[in-house]
Amino acid sequence: MTPILEVHSLHVAYFDRQGKLCPALAGVNLDLAPGEILGVLGESGSGKSTLAASLLRLLPSNGIVQKGRVLFEGANLLEASPQYLRKIRGGRVGLILQEPSLALHPALQVGQQVSGVLAAHESFDRRTLREKTLQLLASVFTHEVERISRSYPHQLSGGQRQRVLIAQAIACRPSLVVADEPTASLDPSTQLEILELFRTLTRSLGIALILITHNPALLFGFADRILVLYAGRVAEIGPTANVLASPQHPYTRALLRCLPTPLSGERSEHKVRLHVIAGDPPDLSLHARGCRFEPRCADRMEICKGDEPSSAAVGEQHNVACFKFAS
Amino acid sequence: MHPLLKVEDLVKQYPAGRSAGSKVKLLALDAVSLSIAQQTTLALVGESGSGKSTLALCFACLEQPTSGSIFFEGVDVAALPESELRSVRPQVQLVFQDPAASLNPRWTTFEILSEPLFLQRSLAKQNRNNTVSQLLDRVALPRNLTSRRPGELSGGQKQRLAIARALALEPKMIILDEALSALDCSVQAQILNLLLDLQSSLGLTYLFITHDFSMAAQIADQIAVMDRGRIVESGTVHKILSSPTHESTRTLLAATPRFPTSPPSQVNP
Repeated sequence: MTPILEVHSLHVAYFDRQGKLCPALAGVNLDLAPGEILGVLGESGSGKSTLAASLLRLLPSNGIVQKGRVLFEGANLLEASPQYLRKIRGGRVGLILQEPSLALHPALQVGQQVSGVLAAHESFDRRTLREKTLQLLASVFTHEVERISRSYPHQLSGGQRQRVLIAQAIACRPSLVVADEPTASLDPSTQLEILELFRTLTRSLGIALILITHNPALLFGFADRILVLYAGRVAEIGPTANVLASPQHPYTRALLRCLPTPLSGERSEHKVRLHVIAGDPPDLSLHARGCRFEPRCADRMEICKGDEPSSAAVGEQHNVACFKFAS
Repeated sequence: MHPLLKVEDLVKQYPAGRSAGSKVKLLALDAVSLSIAQQTTLALVGESGSGKSTLALCFACLEQPTSGSIFFEGVDVAALPESELRSVRPQVQLVFQDPAASLNPRWTTFEILSEPLFLQRSLAKQNRNNTVSQLLDRVALPRNLTSRRPGELSGGQKQRLAIARALALEPKMIILDEALSALDCSVQAQILNLLLDLQSSLGLTYLFITHDFSMAAQIADQIAVMDRGRIVESGTVHKILSSPTHESTRTLLAATPRFPTSPPSQVNP
């Protein structure tokens, strides 16, 4: 099946205030099948938000794509015209970026904001626009759709605002939605509801989803595959169950070991210190050779200092960038 | 042994009506009673709006309860006049969820740490320098960070700084209000370990507010579950996890993201 999205060797960097170039993404490859859910797992500084922004060329003014291709439905978005991009953004690709409280216009009713997305990409008459807006809101809210449509963002809870953003993202029946930490500020039960909503909608509408998060536990039972980002590079990518149950990359293993022990009635010990990853994430602005995780890696070898590992297969659709697995 | 903190029938109402003369009230705390033993950790778990932060503010003597008692080391601080509260407040310190919002972005690390020392202990300048260095050592922040501003620190470093600031006045109790929630997983682990180490070396008592049950279970001796201004259930970590009785507890447990390596939960939803 033709992938809906293909990213080939993406390199992105930012200019800092002194004009020095700081790499943010290096050699990122990924592909996404139609209707697939890909979880992008990364901590602060891993480049995950940069990845989300680069896909649609929404980097800030000091960001540049140095190299690579982003093929969406066959077309390279990095070479596309502004008109084509305008059609794609919000139309063929829905985007939910961080900070839901900033994403909605504070002085417009949410119904108007959802209509706004429809009106930007389709030409409906007023009546049809209103009907479609209510239908969209009904797909994300179970009741009181009319009242919510007339509400302003500040009158809604965090979870409700997130639902409005989802309605906007799917309004034009895109084939892909990119969501960057959509549940970060929500309570656990609201988080669960929102993820469930994402899954139901994307499956029923055949929308592929890229969900970016720093919390591995969210992706279990949700994403089809997980891509682990570290220091702007893909450390590991594979089916969710495999990556979470038997992670191969030393970073993925160390990260998953940091999590609190699973909830269980039979706890023999609590208040036990957690495993940590020694050291800190690298400062990417400093020029370095070799694997970026090497200084913190429990399995480091001499070769890791000199070169960067390339991706090697370790299982069915499961790849790892680590010299331990190099052929 | 007497509990360090004991709360009886605490009520907090806020005016909620739109017009000036409205008598509509919001009941944030509805007759809350609990106690925390010295050098232990109580985790307060609940969703947003359950009243956890309001309770924290009352404990820290930053909000006056509408009625009820708060016994801190046997003294009812809810009934103390402002002048006497000044000597109680340093003993209960707060660490908040968002260090970017609770640290002055225009001050250096040194200024942030020496402010409480200056305000409360009026330490001579030389002693202040030494104390600041000791505080940085305590939270494993390098001493050369003193001239940096919060914007130049990572999330984990900012939170360590907030903890160092909380330690400045040698409190008996620290209230951590969702203090780990905004951090990356690996950083959460580091900070949690730091908190455990500080508790045993300094004999601290913690009130750990969170909506994350797995974090609560990792750090706490006792758990109390809040829902709509009430404590609906409380007990040891073992009891709450193995046989939760209240619906809110079960809902929260069920909503905690699980992991493939975990054994089947003993909890019946």
